[in-house]
Amino acid sequence: MKAPTIKNDILVMLIFSAVILSMPIWLEPLGASYPDLLQKFAIFGIFAVGYNILFGLTGYLSFGHAAFLGVGSYTAVWSFKLLTMNIFPAIIFSVLLSGLFALLIGFITLRRSGIYFSILTLAFAQMFYNLAYSVLTPITNGETGLQLARTDPRVIDRLFSEAGEGLPSTDFFGLAMSGYSGFYVCAIILIVAFFISQRIFHSPFGIKLRAIKSNQTRMKYTGYSTRPYLLTAFVISGMYAGLAGGLMAATDPLAGAERMQWTASGEVVLMTILGGVGTLIGPMLGVGIIKYFENIFSALNEQGLHQAYSFMPDWLSNILVPMTSPFVGEGWHLTLGALFVFIVVFLPGGIMEGIDMIKKLFSKKSSEPDFEPIEKKTTPESGK
Amino acid sequence: MSDKKNSAGWSRRDIMKAAGAFSAAGTMPMFFSRGAWAAESFRNDPGNSATVKLGFNVPQTGAYADEGADELRAFKLAVKHLNGEGDGGLMNTMKPLSLKGNGILGKKVTYVTGDTQTKSDAARASAKRMIEKDGVLMFSGGSSSGVAIAVQSLAQEMGVIFMAGLTHSNDTTGKDKRRYGFRHFFNAKMSGAALGPVLKKEMGTERAAYHLTADYTWGWTQEESIKETTEGLGWKTVKTVRTPVGAGDFSQYITPILNSGADTLILNHYGKDMINSLTQAIQFGLKDKNVNGKTFEIIVPLYSRLMAQGAGKNLRGILGTTNWNWALKDAGSQAFVKSFGSEYGFPPSQAAHTCYVQTLLYANACEMAGTFYPPEVIKQLEGFKFDGMGNGKTEYRAEDHQCFKDVLVVRGNENPTSQFDLLEIVQEVPRAQVEYDAKIFGGELGPYKV
Repeated sequence: MKAPTIKNDILVMLIFSAVILSMPIWLEPLGASYPDLLQKFAIFGIFAVGYNILFGLTGYLSFGHAAFLGVGSYTAVWSFKLLTMNIFPAIIFSVLLSGLFALLIGFITLRRSGIYFSILTLAFAQMFYNLAYSVLTPITNGETGLQLARTDPRVIDRLFSEAGEGLPSTDFFGLAMSGYSGFYVCAIILIVAFFISQRIFHSPFGIKLRAIKSNQTRMKYTGYSTRPYLLTAFVISGMYAGLAGGLMAATDPLAGAERMQWTASGEVVLMTILGGVGTLIGPMLGVGIIKYFENIFSALNEQGLHQAYSFMPDWLSNILVPMTSPFVGEGWHLTLGALFVFIVVFLPGGIMEGIDMIKKLFSKKSSEPDFEPIEKKTTPESGK
Repeated sequence: MSDKKNSAGWSRRDIMKAAGAFSAAGTMPMFFSRGAWAAESFRNDPGNSATVKLGFNVPQTGAYADEGADELRAFKLAVKHLNGEGDGGLMNTMKPLSLKGNGILGKKVTYVTGDTQTKSDAARASAKRMIEKDGVLMFSGGSSSGVAIAVQSLAQEMGVIFMAGLTHSNDTTGKDKRRYGFRHFFNAKMSGAALGPVLKKEMGTERAAYHLTADYTWGWTQEESIKETTEGLGWKTVKTVRTPVGAGDFSQYITPILNSGADTLILNHYGKDMINSLTQAIQFGLKDKNVNGKTFEIIVPLYSRLMAQGAGKNLRGILGTTNWNWALKDAGSQAFVKSFGSEYGFPPSQAAHTCYVQTLLYANACEMAGTFYPPEVIKQLEGFKFDGMGNGKTEYRAEDHQCFKDVLVVRGNENPTSQFDLLEIVQEVPRAQVEYDAKIFGGELGPYKV
């Protein structure tokens, strides 16, 4: 591993920003360039990047992060209902409130580590889900989900204008949150979130978190109390989840309890592992793949397959369509599962490991001596 | 994909043509303003494209997947018939009919499908994909009222018409009604009104009812409506218990019933939930019990043949209501059963029927309006009276976009003659008996133009 340099970081940031902002263009041939999916990429990107701060750095596997996503969503919708349709206060409140909840849950769950921690977080998430689903229906509106109504007070908006006909829509100081403008707002927030995550990764704080992952006992012996660091990481990732939840409500003002179900927590774990745990870019790749499967693959039907194979001779496409159709459409989970198994078995480091392998392959080919990796082990890394 | 969206909207020439067409057709002065409206650009305007696209958003996974699969079959059949393929189905019996069997307004109909997963979030994401990526003019589907209400409000935000499939909650056309949402299916209020007299006749006026209710908008409103009916008859309500959707195992909810003193169980469940809860209730011996000197009875207010198939002989003798049944003898029902049967080899369910009818109604309204411009299409659907679609004379009430028609009270067939002959029609309750004032649920439709 190369030691990070400031120059490197800036380069990564620039490339990342360019790739994210140009998504509407390069996703076009993949059929994924429409506002809703682009927004989802950015929002779940924030979620996964934040989750990676906890899971990737400290190795604490939380199965309850969807709870913070849900808290963020409900907070944002309530802000739309009570205060204003501007997303700015909604997002601030989402982040703060989910941070508060993360502090509370983290304080309790971080007393344990490993599988016990995972189970505790799972239990909390399930509790939150059930609260939202049935107990707190006056606040969450249960299964139907919290929705806007024309008669909501919206105190701040009412100071400036009368209620219009029909439901108002969300905006960021006049910029509509639906469509492409909504995506760009999310994308810029994602870039900022990524930047913060990068700074955390390469800060002394980040190094301490990594130390917790590699050997917590040893770290304790060197005189560090690990729990404050863990709690901080937990709260930060909880706030990221809240931010993502708030943005989800901002692009689509509806909050449902299923957002907090344990499957939603599992999804972010899958995203992170698929992309590469503990890498900066990995979780983003995971998000891209899972959301692409969920939205595009799941919508393919036989009609679509016939079109996709139309360049082949008829007899071949007639064989291929029945063979592949169980894997698309409603069978998209099957394909995703197979892919996941493949990645975990052959590339435990996720897609990022695959990319590294390819990189190495190429750097080997470019006439570098074969013993280079061995030599690298013996030289101190900090030299660069 | 061949049809590119015309983002610039109508060209000057189109506007002139449309305005000309409208003023020629219109004799009333109102038509002039309509023509001017029709010229405005709207989302997913097909423009000069030779095809139009419809979106079918159904549950392909989860507790309501069986219904979703049948809905999808019906949609595909409807598209075929609209394009003039197959035997035409209900287009032969629908009155009044403006459809010509050449697509909609001369444009061939194509479709995209999506999976709602019976979750509001997933359903909205799927609907958004259809609207933003695929450019659908109308989307339809359903099976969960929670989902229907969530995507209906999306329809209003996006300005794309939603023709609800199977959704039975009062809220869909009650407090959560929307200008861009339409429901052909009946609702819990109508189920209650239709069931009342039959229950009185068969079970008397002194019973104690115990409700198990699916914990979401549909369950809540059905519980409310049925309670209103039974309490009106003089029944007591012992207890109402909410159960999560997709629970799978209901035994923990059924054991308390045995000692509750109730002599009637009302199952406000649907789909696989209803199959499971009913089967378990029978296994626990509820039907063989004798409470307060009466035999224990079970009522399933919302029935479907697909559920009957799943529940098998457990359903025998149990009362409920349904929107439509394939055993109906009118020309419309027979035509639909025939063309669905010859396509797929088995009779359609009520979910399939309502989705098929909704697709045809939308297409017909576009033909009547002479445009795809949603506000015009909506105006054609509002107050539209039609016949020959399997439910007798039907009206789309303008105030809440709810269809009013006869409701069927059915009973699980004691001696089925085939694997599909599971429901016996007890009574066709006339429309007048199930009608109610549109104002009782509150809510407002919202604007035509968004």
